[in-house]
Amino acid sequence: MDQPKHPQVNGHVATDQETNHQPKQKETEPSGREPVFGRFSRRSFLAQLGAAGVAASTAPLAHAAQTDTADETNAAARVPGAVPVTLNVNGKEYRVTVDPRTTLLDTVRDHLQLFGTKKGCDHGQCGACTVHVNGRRVNSCLSFAVMHEGDKITTIEGLAENGQLSVVQQAFLEHDGFQCGYCTPGQIMSATALLKEPIGPADDDVRAAMSGNICRCGAYSNIVAAVQQARTKTA
Amino acid sequence: MQAFRYSQARSVDGALRAGGTADTSFLAGGTTLIDLMKLDVMTPQTVVDINALPLDQVEAATGGGVRIGAMVKNSDLANHALIRQKYAVLSEALLSGASPQLRNMATTGGNLLQRTRCYYFRDVNYACNKRDPGSGCAALDGYNRIHAVLGGSDHCVAVHPSDMAVAMMALEATVHTSSPKGGRALALNEFYLVPRDTPQKENVLEPGELITHVTLPAMAEGTRSFYIKLRDRAQYEFALASVAAVVRVNGKHIERARLALGGVATKPWRSMEAERALEGKTANRETFERAADAAMAGAKPLQYNGFKVELGKMAVVRALESVTA
Repeated sequence: MDQPKHPQVNGHVATDQETNHQPKQKETEPSGREPVFGRFSRRSFLAQLGAAGVAASTAPLAHAAQTDTADETNAAARVPGAVPVTLNVNGKEYRVTVDPRTTLLDTVRDHLQLFGTKKGCDHGQCGACTVHVNGRRVNSCLSFAVMHEGDKITTIEGLAENGQLSVVQQAFLEHDGFQCGYCTPGQIMSATALLKEPIGPADDDVRAAMSGNICRCGAYSNIVAAVQQARTKTA
Repeated sequence: MQAFRYSQARSVDGALRAGGTADTSFLAGGTTLIDLMKLDVMTPQTVVDINALPLDQVEAATGGGVRIGAMVKNSDLANHALIRQKYAVLSEALLSGASPQLRNMATTGGNLLQRTRCYYFRDVNYACNKRDPGSGCAALDGYNRIHAVLGGSDHCVAVHPSDMAVAMMALEATVHTSSPKGGRALALNEFYLVPRDTPQKENVLEPGELITHVTLPAMAEGTRSFYIKLRDRAQYEFALASVAAVVRVNGKHIERARLALGGVATKPWRSMEAERALEGKTANRETFERAADAAMAGAKPLQYNGFKVELGKMAVVRALESVTA
Protein backbone atom coordinates (compact mmCIF):
# COMPACT_ATOMS: atom_id res chain seq x y z
CA MET A 1 0.00 0.00 0.00
CA ASP A 2 1.78 3.10 -1.24
CA GLN A 3 -0.35 5.87 0.25
CA PRO A 4 -0.45 6.57 3.96
CA LYS A 5 -4.00 6.83 5.20
CA HIS A 6 -5.02 10.39 6.02
CA PRO A 7 -7.32 11.19 8.91
CA GLN A 8 -10.84 11.69 7.65
CA VAL A 9 -13.28 13.88 9.52
CA ASN A 10 -16.84 13.97 8.23
CA GLY A 11 -15.50 12.76 4.91
CA HIS A 12 -13.29 15.80 4.58
CA VAL A 13 -9.55 15.15 4.57
CA ALA A 14 -8.15 16.84 7.65
CA THR A 15 -5.86 19.67 6.77
CA ASP A 16 -3.34 20.76 9.32
CA GLN A 17 -3.42 24.16 7.74
CA GLU A 18 -6.90 24.54 9.11
CA THR A 19 -5.95 23.44 12.58
CA ASN A 20 -2.35 24.23 13.39
CA HIS A 21 -1.49 26.87 10.88
CA GLN A 22 -0.68 30.21 12.45
CA PRO A 23 0.26 32.49 9.62
CA LYS A 24 2.96 35.03 10.26
CA GLN A 25 1.27 37.36 7.81
CA LYS A 26 -2.28 37.77 6.63
CA GLU A 27 -3.27 35.17 4.08
CA THR A 28 -4.31 37.25 1.14
CA GLU A 29 -3.43 35.15 -1.83
CA PRO A 30 -6.11 35.25 -4.52
CA SER A 31 -6.20 31.66 -5.62
CA GLY A 32 -8.98 31.84 -8.20
CA ARG A 33 -10.22 28.75 -6.41
CA GLU A 34 -12.26 30.59 -3.80
CA PRO A 35 -14.29 28.02 -1.83
CA VAL A 36 -18.02 28.41 -2.27
CA PHE A 37 -19.43 27.06 0.99
CA GLY A 38 -17.25 28.26 3.83
CA ARG A 39 -13.99 26.39 3.45
CA PHE A 40 -15.39 24.10 0.80
CA SER A 41 -13.99 23.92 -2.71
CA ARG A 42 -14.80 21.72 -5.71
CA ARG A 43 -11.88 19.51 -4.76
CA SER A 44 -12.99 18.93 -1.19
CA PHE A 45 -16.60 18.47 -2.32
CA LEU A 46 -15.60 15.71 -4.69
CA ALA A 47 -13.34 14.16 -2.08
CA GLN A 48 -16.11 13.86 0.45
CA LEU A 49 -18.50 12.59 -2.21
CA GLY A 50 -16.04 9.80 -2.87
CA ALA A 51 -16.06 8.92 0.80
CA ALA A 52 -19.83 9.09 1.14
CA GLY A 53 -20.47 7.35 -2.17
CA VAL A 54 -23.62 9.36 -2.80
CA ALA A 55 -24.04 12.45 -4.98
CA ALA A 56 -27.55 13.72 -4.36
CA SER A 57 -28.19 15.85 -1.32
CA THR A 58 -26.70 19.03 0.03
CA ALA A 59 -26.72 17.67 3.56
CA PRO A 60 -23.10 16.41 3.30
CA LEU A 61 -22.08 19.89 2.13
CA ALA A 62 -23.48 21.65 5.15
CA HIS A 63 -22.20 19.00 7.50
CA ALA A 64 -18.65 18.98 6.18
CA ALA A 65 -18.45 22.75 6.02
CA GLN A 66 -18.58 22.93 9.80
CA THR A 67 -15.02 21.70 10.08
CA ASP A 68 -14.54 20.68 13.67
CA THR A 69 -11.00 21.79 14.43
CA ALA A 70 -10.77 19.85 17.69
CA ASP A 71 -11.76 16.67 15.86
CA GLU A 72 -9.10 17.22 13.19
CA THR A 73 -6.32 17.90 15.67
CA ASN A 74 -7.23 14.72 17.49
CA ALA A 75 -7.55 12.84 14.23
CA ALA A 76 -4.04 13.82 13.19
CA ALA A 77 -2.65 12.83 16.56
CA ARG A 78 -4.42 9.46 16.36
CA VAL A 79 -2.17 8.41 13.41
CA PRO A 80 0.28 6.17 15.25
CA GLY A 81 3.85 7.37 15.05
CA ALA A 82 2.87 10.69 13.48
CA VAL A 83 5.63 13.26 13.79
CA PRO A 84 5.26 17.06 13.93
CA VAL A 85 7.27 19.05 11.40
CA THR A 86 7.34 22.71 10.46
CA LEU A 87 7.73 23.33 6.76
CA ASN A 88 8.63 26.62 5.14
CA VAL A 89 6.84 26.55 1.80
CA ASN A 90 6.76 29.55 -0.51
CA GLY A 91 7.76 31.77 2.39
CA LYS A 92 5.01 30.60 4.75
CA GLU A 93 5.42 28.34 7.76
CA TYR A 94 3.14 25.34 8.04
CA ARG A 95 3.04 23.10 11.07
CA VAL A 96 1.88 19.61 10.18
CA THR A 97 1.78 16.26 11.90
CA VAL A 98 2.55 13.46 9.49
CA ASP A 99 3.29 9.78 9.33
CA PRO A 100 7.06 9.69 8.65
CA ARG A 101 6.30 7.78 5.44
CA THR A 102 4.58 10.82 3.97
CA THR A 103 6.62 12.18 1.10
CA LEU A 104 7.20 15.87 0.62
CA LEU A 105 5.01 15.53 -2.48
CA ASP A 106 2.04 14.06 -0.62
CA THR A 107 2.50 16.58 2.15
CA VAL A 108 2.34 19.67 -0.05
CA ARG A 109 -0.64 18.28 -1.93
CA ASP A 110 -2.72 16.55 0.74
CA HIS A 111 -1.74 18.44 3.88
CA LEU A 112 -0.98 21.90 2.52
CA GLN A 113 -3.54 21.86 -0.29
CA LEU A 114 -0.92 23.02 -2.79
CA PHE A 115 -2.04 20.97 -5.75
CA GLY A 116 0.21 22.48 -8.39
CA THR A 117 2.95 19.91 -7.82
CA LYS A 118 1.93 16.71 -9.57
CA LYS A 119 2.42 13.02 -8.93
CA GLY A 120 3.45 11.29 -12.16
CA CYS A 121 5.40 8.16 -11.36
CA ASP A 122 6.04 8.55 -7.63
CA HIS A 123 9.48 7.00 -8.17
CA GLY A 124 11.75 9.79 -9.35
CA GLN A 125 11.46 8.78 -12.99
CA CYS A 126 9.35 11.56 -14.53
CA GLY A 127 10.00 14.89 -12.80
CA ALA A 128 6.35 15.95 -12.49
CA CYS A 129 6.91 16.35 -8.74
CA THR A 130 9.85 18.74 -9.10
CA VAL A 131 10.07 21.38 -6.36
CA HIS A 132 12.91 23.49 -5.03
CA VAL A 133 14.57 22.76 -1.70
CA ASN A 134 16.85 25.63 -0.75
CA GLY A 135 16.75 26.77 -4.37
CA ARG A 136 17.73 23.44 -5.90
CA ARG A 137 15.45 21.26 -7.93
CA VAL A 138 14.57 17.86 -6.47
CA ASN A 139 11.98 15.13 -6.89
CA SER A 140 9.61 15.61 -3.96
CA CYS A 141 8.28 12.06 -4.34
CA LEU A 142 11.58 10.62 -3.12
CA SER A 143 11.92 12.66 0.04
CA PHE A 144 10.05 12.43 3.33
CA ALA A 145 8.46 15.60 4.70
CA VAL A 146 10.11 14.99 8.06
CA MET A 147 13.52 15.41 6.43
CA HIS A 148 12.81 19.07 5.61
CA GLU A 149 12.47 20.93 8.89
CA GLY A 150 14.34 24.17 8.37
CA ASP A 151 14.49 23.91 4.59
CA LYS A 152 13.06 26.56 2.29
CA ILE A 153 10.73 24.82 -0.08
CA THR A 154 9.35 26.40 -3.23
CA THR A 155 6.50 24.96 -5.25
CA ILE A 156 4.98 26.17 -8.53
CA GLU A 157 2.55 28.26 -6.50
CA GLY A 158 5.49 30.22 -5.13
CA LEU A 159 6.94 31.51 -8.40
CA ALA A 160 4.57 34.33 -9.27
CA GLU A 161 5.01 37.50 -7.21
CA ASN A 162 1.96 39.68 -6.50
CA GLY A 163 0.12 38.03 -9.36
CA GLN A 164 2.99 38.69 -11.76
CA LEU A 165 4.19 35.58 -13.57
CA SER A 166 7.87 34.77 -13.43
CA VAL A 167 10.09 35.09 -16.49
CA VAL A 168 9.98 31.32 -16.99
CA GLN A 169 6.21 31.11 -16.62
CA GLN A 170 5.80 33.92 -19.12
CA ALA A 171 8.15 32.21 -21.56
CA PHE A 172 6.16 28.97 -21.34
CA LEU A 173 3.01 30.88 -22.22
CA GLU A 174 4.58 32.73 -25.11
CA HIS A 175 6.07 29.57 -26.60
CA ASP A 176 3.09 27.33 -25.88
CA GLY A 177 5.37 25.06 -23.86
CA PHE A 178 2.60 22.68 -22.77
CA GLN A 179 -0.44 20.73 -23.99
CA CYS A 180 -2.29 18.89 -21.23
CA GLY A 181 -0.32 20.78 -18.61
CA TYR A 182 0.34 17.90 -16.27
CA CYS A 183 4.13 17.89 -16.55
CA THR A 184 4.19 21.67 -16.78
CA PRO A 185 4.64 22.66 -13.14
CA GLY A 186 7.60 20.28 -12.93
CA GLN A 187 9.00 21.59 -16.21
CA ILE A 188 8.74 25.18 -15.01
CA MET A 189 10.28 24.39 -11.63
CA SER A 190 13.13 22.58 -13.38
CA ALA A 191 13.67 25.40 -15.86
CA THR A 192 13.63 28.00 -13.10
CA ALA A 193 16.30 26.20 -11.11
CA LEU A 194 18.32 25.59 -14.28
CA LEU A 195 18.84 29.35 -14.65
CA LYS A 196 21.29 29.16 -11.75
CA GLU A 197 23.12 26.03 -12.90
CA PRO A 198 26.23 25.76 -15.08
CA ILE A 199 24.66 24.76 -18.40
CA GLY A 200 26.09 25.26 -21.89
CA PRO A 201 24.38 27.66 -24.29
CA ALA A 202 23.11 25.26 -26.98
CA ASP A 203 19.66 23.75 -27.35
CA ASP A 204 21.23 20.34 -26.77
CA ASP A 205 22.56 21.58 -23.45
CA VAL A 206 19.05 22.63 -22.47
CA ARG A 207 17.69 19.26 -23.55
CA ALA A 208 20.23 17.51 -21.34
CA ALA A 209 19.54 19.84 -18.44
CA MET A 210 15.77 19.33 -18.76
CA SER A 211 16.03 15.58 -19.27
CA GLY A 212 14.66 14.91 -15.80
CA ASN A 213 11.20 16.10 -16.88
CA ILE A 214 9.32 13.98 -19.34
CA CYS A 215 6.28 15.07 -21.35
CA ARG A 216 3.87 12.53 -22.78
CA CYS A 217 2.28 15.16 -25.00
CA GLY A 218 5.65 15.84 -26.58
CA ALA A 219 5.81 19.59 -26.04
CA TYR A 220 9.57 19.36 -25.90
CA SER A 221 10.53 21.66 -28.76
CA ASN A 222 8.39 24.46 -27.34
CA ILE A 223 9.72 23.80 -23.85
CA VAL A 224 13.29 24.15 -25.10
CA ALA A 225 12.38 27.40 -26.85
CA ALA A 226 10.73 28.70 -23.69
CA VAL A 227 13.75 27.83 -21.57
CA GLN A 228 16.14 29.47 -24.01
CA GLN A 229 14.05 32.61 -24.02
CA ALA A 230 14.00 32.70 -20.23
CA ARG A 231 17.77 32.29 -20.18
CA THR A 232 18.34 35.24 -22.48
CA LYS A 233 15.94 37.37 -20.46
CA THR A 234 17.77 36.62 -17.22
CA ALA A 235 21.31 36.55 -18.56
CA MET B 1 5.33 1.29 2.62
CA GLN B 2 5.93 -0.35 5.96
CA ALA B 3 5.95 1.91 9.00
CA PHE B 4 9.31 2.78 10.54
CA ARG B 5 10.82 4.72 13.41
CA TYR B 6 12.47 7.88 12.11
CA SER B 7 15.32 9.68 13.80
CA GLN B 8 17.89 12.26 12.80
CA ALA B 9 21.57 11.92 13.62
CA ARG B 10 23.55 15.06 14.41
CA SER B 11 27.01 13.48 14.53
CA VAL B 12 28.81 10.42 13.21
CA ASP B 13 28.86 8.98 16.73
CA GLY B 14 25.15 9.58 17.04
CA ALA B 15 24.56 7.91 13.69
CA LEU B 16 26.63 4.89 14.70
CA ARG B 17 24.74 4.55 17.98
CA ALA B 18 21.41 4.76 16.21
CA GLY B 19 22.63 2.49 13.42
CA GLY B 20 23.49 -0.28 15.83
CA THR B 21 19.92 -1.54 16.11
CA ALA B 22 18.89 -4.41 13.90
CA ASP B 23 16.98 -3.62 10.68
CA THR B 24 18.22 -0.04 10.53
CA SER B 25 19.01 1.90 7.38
CA PHE B 26 20.83 5.18 7.05
CA LEU B 27 18.92 7.74 4.97
CA ALA B 28 20.87 10.22 2.87
CA GLY B 29 19.39 11.50 -0.41
CA GLY B 30 16.67 8.88 -0.35
CA THR B 31 16.77 8.29 -4.10
CA THR B 32 17.45 4.57 -3.64
CA LEU B 33 16.07 3.91 -0.17
CA ILE B 34 12.71 5.67 -0.50
CA ASP B 35 12.24 4.31 -4.04
CA LEU B 36 12.72 0.74 -2.78
CA MET B 37 10.77 1.26 0.44
CA LYS B 38 7.77 2.22 -1.69
CA LEU B 39 8.12 -1.15 -3.42
CA ASP B 40 8.54 -3.02 -0.12
CA VAL B 41 11.92 -4.22 -1.42
CA MET B 42 13.72 -2.52 1.46
CA THR B 43 11.85 -2.63 4.75
CA PRO B 44 13.93 -1.13 7.57
CA GLN B 45 12.24 -0.87 10.94
CA THR B 46 14.35 2.15 11.79
CA VAL B 47 15.54 4.90 9.48
CA VAL B 48 18.36 7.16 10.64
CA ASP B 49 18.51 10.41 8.67
CA ILE B 50 22.20 11.35 8.29
CA ASN B 51 21.70 14.52 6.27
CA ALA B 52 22.90 16.75 9.11
CA LEU B 53 26.26 15.01 9.35
CA PRO B 54 29.21 17.31 8.57
CA LEU B 55 30.45 15.18 5.66
CA ASP B 56 29.64 17.44 2.72
CA GLN B 57 33.03 18.84 1.74
CA VAL B 58 35.33 18.22 -1.21
CA GLU B 59 38.84 19.02 -0.10
CA ALA B 60 42.22 18.82 -1.75
CA ALA B 61 44.29 16.33 0.21
CA THR B 62 47.88 17.11 1.17
CA GLY B 63 50.23 15.73 -1.46
CA GLY B 64 47.65 15.92 -4.23
CA GLY B 65 44.59 13.78 -4.27
CA VAL B 66 41.14 14.67 -2.99
CA ARG B 67 38.91 13.83 -0.06
CA ILE B 68 35.19 13.65 -0.77
CA GLY B 69 32.66 13.62 2.04
CA ALA B 70 30.04 10.88 1.89
CA MET B 71 27.24 13.47 1.99
CA VAL B 72 28.49 15.55 -0.95
CA LYS B 73 25.66 15.76 -3.50
CA ASN B 74 26.38 14.16 -6.86
CA SER B 75 25.75 17.47 -8.66
CA ASP B 76 28.15 19.37 -6.40
CA LEU B 77 30.82 16.74 -6.89
CA ALA B 78 30.40 16.71 -10.67
CA ASN B 79 30.63 20.51 -10.90
CA HIS B 80 33.48 20.96 -8.43
CA ALA B 81 36.41 22.77 -10.03
CA LEU B 82 39.01 20.36 -8.66
CA ILE B 83 37.10 17.33 -9.93
CA ARG B 84 36.51 18.82 -13.37
CA GLN B 85 40.17 19.75 -13.73
CA LYS B 86 41.92 16.70 -12.36
CA TYR B 87 39.37 13.87 -12.40
CA ALA B 88 37.36 14.52 -15.55
CA VAL B 89 36.14 10.92 -15.77
CA LEU B 90 34.41 11.31 -12.40
CA SER B 91 32.63 14.48 -13.43
CA GLU B 92 31.61 12.95 -16.77
CA ALA B 93 30.35 9.79 -15.11
CA LEU B 94 28.28 11.68 -12.56
CA LEU B 95 26.76 14.01 -15.17
CA SER B 96 25.80 11.03 -17.32
CA GLY B 97 23.77 9.53 -14.51
CA ALA B 98 20.17 9.99 -13.45
CA SER B 99 18.61 13.45 -13.84
CA PRO B 100 19.51 16.90 -12.55
CA GLN B 101 16.90 16.58 -9.80
CA LEU B 102 18.22 13.21 -8.67
CA ARG B 103 21.82 14.44 -8.82
CA ASN B 104 20.84 17.25 -6.46
CA MET B 105 19.61 14.71 -3.93
CA ALA B 106 21.95 11.75 -4.32
CA THR B 107 25.11 11.56 -2.25
CA THR B 108 28.56 10.04 -2.71
CA GLY B 109 27.98 7.30 -0.17
CA GLY B 110 24.50 6.60 -1.41
CA ASN B 111 25.65 6.37 -5.02
CA LEU B 112 28.17 3.68 -4.13
CA LEU B 113 25.46 1.74 -2.31
CA GLN B 114 22.65 2.09 -4.82
CA ARG B 115 20.83 -1.15 -5.63
CA THR B 116 20.37 -2.96 -8.91
CA ARG B 117 17.68 -2.03 -11.44
CA CYS B 118 16.87 -5.68 -12.14
CA TYR B 119 13.08 -5.78 -12.62
CA TYR B 120 12.77 -8.97 -10.65
CA PHE B 121 14.65 -7.55 -7.66
CA ARG B 122 12.38 -4.55 -7.70
CA ASP B 123 9.17 -6.57 -7.79
CA VAL B 124 8.37 -8.63 -4.68
CA ASN B 125 6.15 -10.89 -6.76
CA TYR B 126 9.18 -12.48 -8.43
CA ALA B 127 11.83 -14.90 -7.19
CA CYS B 128 15.00 -13.04 -6.25
CA ASN B 129 17.94 -14.46 -4.32
CA LYS B 130 19.27 -10.99 -3.65
CA ARG B 131 16.08 -9.70 -2.09
CA ASP B 132 14.96 -13.03 -0.62
CA PRO B 133 17.89 -15.48 -0.34
CA GLY B 134 17.08 -18.95 -1.57
CA SER B 135 13.96 -18.00 -3.48
CA GLY B 136 15.54 -18.37 -6.91
CA CYS B 137 16.47 -16.01 -9.75
CA ALA B 138 13.70 -15.04 -12.14
CA ALA B 139 16.17 -13.24 -14.43
CA LEU B 140 18.15 -16.31 -15.43
CA ASP B 141 15.38 -17.58 -17.68
CA GLY B 142 13.44 -14.35 -17.76
CA TYR B 143 13.89 -11.11 -19.67
CA ASN B 144 17.55 -10.51 -18.91
CA ARG B 145 18.42 -7.78 -21.40
CA ILE B 146 19.80 -5.42 -18.75
CA HIS B 147 21.64 -8.08 -16.84
CA ALA B 148 25.29 -9.02 -16.44
CA VAL B 149 27.64 -10.86 -18.77
CA LEU B 150 30.51 -10.61 -16.27
CA GLY B 151 30.64 -11.64 -12.62
CA GLY B 152 27.30 -13.44 -12.55
CA SER B 153 26.41 -16.79 -11.02
CA ASP B 154 23.57 -19.33 -11.01
CA HIS B 155 22.10 -17.33 -8.17
CA CYS B 156 22.21 -13.78 -9.53
CA VAL B 157 23.07 -11.83 -12.68
CA ALA B 158 21.99 -8.37 -11.57
CA VAL B 159 24.05 -5.41 -12.78
CA HIS B 160 25.38 -2.74 -10.43
CA PRO B 161 24.00 0.46 -11.94
CA SER B 162 26.35 3.19 -10.70
CA ASP B 163 28.37 5.33 -13.10
CA MET B 164 30.22 7.14 -10.34
CA ALA B 165 31.52 3.87 -8.91
CA VAL B 166 32.93 2.82 -12.28
CA ALA B 167 34.85 6.07 -12.60
CA MET B 168 36.05 5.82 -9.01
CA MET B 169 37.17 2.27 -9.70
CA ALA B 170 39.38 3.43 -12.56
CA LEU B 171 40.66 6.24 -10.31
CA GLU B 172 41.57 3.67 -7.62
CA ALA B 173 39.44 5.24 -4.92
CA THR B 174 39.50 4.35 -1.24
CA VAL B 175 36.33 4.16 0.84
CA HIS B 176 36.62 5.34 4.44
CA THR B 177 34.16 4.13 7.04
CA SER B 178 33.28 4.53 10.69
CA SER B 179 31.77 1.88 12.89
CA PRO B 180 31.47 1.11 16.59
CA LYS B 181 34.47 -1.19 16.06
CA GLY B 182 36.52 1.67 14.64
CA GLY B 183 37.06 3.09 11.17
CA ARG B 184 38.70 1.43 8.21
CA ALA B 185 39.97 2.30 4.75
CA LEU B 186 38.85 -0.03 1.98
CA ALA B 187 40.21 -0.01 -1.55
CA LEU B 188 37.17 0.36 -3.80
CA ASN B 189 38.49 -2.55 -5.80
CA GLU B 190 37.92 -4.75 -2.75
CA PHE B 191 34.72 -3.09 -1.58
CA TYR B 192 32.21 -4.81 -3.82
CA LEU B 193 31.37 -8.52 -3.86
CA VAL B 194 30.26 -10.65 -6.77
CA PRO B 195 27.04 -12.52 -6.02
CA ARG B 196 28.25 -16.16 -6.03
CA ASP B 197 25.70 -17.89 -3.82
CA THR B 198 25.15 -14.92 -1.49
CA PRO B 199 23.84 -12.15 -3.78
CA GLN B 200 22.29 -10.35 -0.80
CA LYS B 201 25.85 -9.39 0.22
CA GLU B 202 26.87 -6.68 -2.23
CA ASN B 203 29.83 -5.19 -0.38
CA VAL B 204 32.04 -5.74 2.64
CA LEU B 205 30.30 -3.22 4.89
CA GLU B 206 29.12 -4.59 8.20
CA PRO B 207 25.68 -3.74 9.61
CA GLY B 208 25.75 -0.26 11.11
CA GLU B 209 29.01 0.68 9.37
CA LEU B 210 28.87 4.15 7.86
CA ILE B 211 30.78 5.47 4.84
CA THR B 212 32.23 8.86 5.83
CA HIS B 213 34.60 9.74 2.96
CA VAL B 214 36.03 8.64 -0.34
CA THR B 215 39.59 9.59 -1.24
CA LEU B 216 41.18 9.66 -4.66
CA PRO B 217 44.95 9.56 -5.17
CA ALA B 218 46.75 12.33 -6.99
CA MET B 219 46.76 12.09 -10.77
CA ALA B 220 50.24 11.98 -12.27
CA GLU B 221 51.10 14.74 -14.73
CA GLY B 222 49.90 13.93 -18.23
CA THR B 223 47.15 11.56 -17.11
CA ARG B 224 43.90 11.87 -19.01
CA SER B 225 40.57 10.31 -18.26
CA PHE B 226 37.31 9.69 -20.08
CA TYR B 227 33.86 8.15 -19.52
CA ILE B 228 31.66 6.69 -22.22
CA LYS B 229 28.12 5.53 -21.50
CA LEU B 230 26.03 3.59 -24.03
CA ARG B 231 22.30 3.20 -23.55
CA ASP B 232 18.97 3.16 -25.37
CA ARG B 233 18.19 6.82 -24.64
CA ALA B 234 20.50 9.84 -24.69
CA GLN B 235 19.77 10.80 -21.08
CA TYR B 236 18.09 9.73 -17.87
CA GLU B 237 18.79 6.06 -18.27
CA PHE B 238 21.17 3.43 -16.92
CA ALA B 239 24.07 2.06 -18.95
CA LEU B 240 23.89 -0.98 -21.18
CA ALA B 241 27.68 -0.72 -21.28
CA SER B 242 30.03 1.96 -20.01
CA VAL B 243 33.76 2.41 -19.65
CA ALA B 244 35.95 4.63 -17.50
CA ALA B 245 39.50 4.95 -18.80
CA VAL B 246 42.37 6.66 -16.98
CA VAL B 247 45.49 6.61 -19.14
CA ARG B 248 48.89 8.27 -19.34
CA VAL B 249 50.69 8.14 -22.68
CA ASN B 250 54.12 9.39 -23.61
CA GLY B 251 53.83 10.12 -27.30
CA LYS B 252 52.23 6.89 -28.50
CA HIS B 253 53.61 4.77 -25.68
CA ILE B 254 51.08 3.78 -23.01
CA GLU B 255 52.79 4.27 -19.68
CA ARG B 256 49.87 3.63 -17.37
CA ALA B 257 46.28 2.46 -17.85
CA ARG B 258 43.32 1.87 -15.57
CA LEU B 259 40.07 0.63 -17.01
CA ALA B 260 36.68 -0.12 -15.46
CA LEU B 261 33.38 -1.21 -16.99
CA GLY B 262 29.78 -0.53 -16.03
CA GLY B 263 26.44 -1.87 -17.20
CA VAL B 264 27.86 -5.29 -17.98
CA ALA B 265 28.82 -6.74 -14.61
CA THR B 266 27.48 -7.55 -11.17
CA LYS B 267 29.78 -4.99 -9.62
CA PRO B 268 31.72 -1.99 -10.99
CA TRP B 269 34.21 -4.00 -13.03
CA ARG B 270 37.87 -3.11 -12.87
CA SER B 271 39.60 -4.91 -15.74
CA MET B 272 43.21 -5.65 -14.92
CA GLU B 273 43.19 -7.97 -17.92
CA ALA B 274 42.63 -4.98 -20.20
CA GLU B 275 45.18 -2.90 -18.30
CA ARG B 276 47.85 -5.56 -18.78
CA ALA B 277 47.10 -5.56 -22.52
CA LEU B 278 47.66 -1.81 -22.63
CA GLU B 279 50.59 -0.86 -20.43
CA GLY B 280 53.85 -0.73 -22.30
CA LYS B 281 52.10 -1.03 -25.66
CA THR B 282 51.60 1.43 -28.50
CA ALA B 283 48.41 3.45 -28.40
CA ASN B 284 46.68 2.29 -31.58
CA ARG B 285 43.48 0.57 -32.69
CA GLU B 286 45.06 -2.87 -32.65
CA THR B 287 46.15 -2.50 -29.03
CA PHE B 288 42.78 -1.12 -28.03
CA GLU B 289 40.94 -4.02 -29.67
CA ARG B 290 43.17 -6.52 -27.89
CA ALA B 291 42.46 -4.79 -24.60
CA ALA B 292 38.73 -4.89 -25.39
CA ASP B 293 38.90 -8.62 -26.09
CA ALA B 294 40.76 -9.13 -22.82
CA ALA B 295 38.18 -7.11 -20.90
CA MET B 296 35.27 -9.18 -22.20
CA ALA B 297 37.10 -12.51 -22.33
CA GLY B 298 35.15 -14.20 -19.55
CA ALA B 299 31.78 -12.85 -20.65
CA LYS B 300 28.82 -15.22 -20.35
CA PRO B 301 25.90 -14.00 -22.44
CA LEU B 302 22.34 -14.76 -21.39
CA GLN B 303 19.40 -15.15 -23.73
CA TYR B 304 18.71 -11.44 -24.20
CA ASN B 305 21.97 -9.67 -23.43
CA GLY B 306 24.49 -11.22 -25.82
CA PHE B 307 24.82 -7.87 -27.58
CA LYS B 308 26.61 -6.57 -24.48
CA VAL B 309 29.75 -8.54 -25.33
CA GLU B 310 30.32 -6.66 -28.59
CA LEU B 311 28.93 -3.41 -27.17
CA GLY B 312 31.32 -3.66 -24.21
CA LYS B 313 34.28 -4.21 -26.52
CA MET B 314 33.33 -1.26 -28.70
CA ALA B 315 32.92 0.91 -25.61
CA VAL B 316 36.43 -0.02 -24.48
CA VAL B 317 37.89 0.80 -27.89
CA ARG B 318 36.01 4.10 -28.11
CA ALA B 319 37.05 5.11 -24.58
CA LEU B 320 40.69 4.38 -25.29
CA GLU B 321 40.62 6.23 -28.59
CA SER B 322 39.10 9.26 -26.87
CA VAL B 323 41.48 9.29 -23.94
CA THR B 324 44.57 9.03 -26.14
CA ALA B 325 43.45 11.32 -28.96
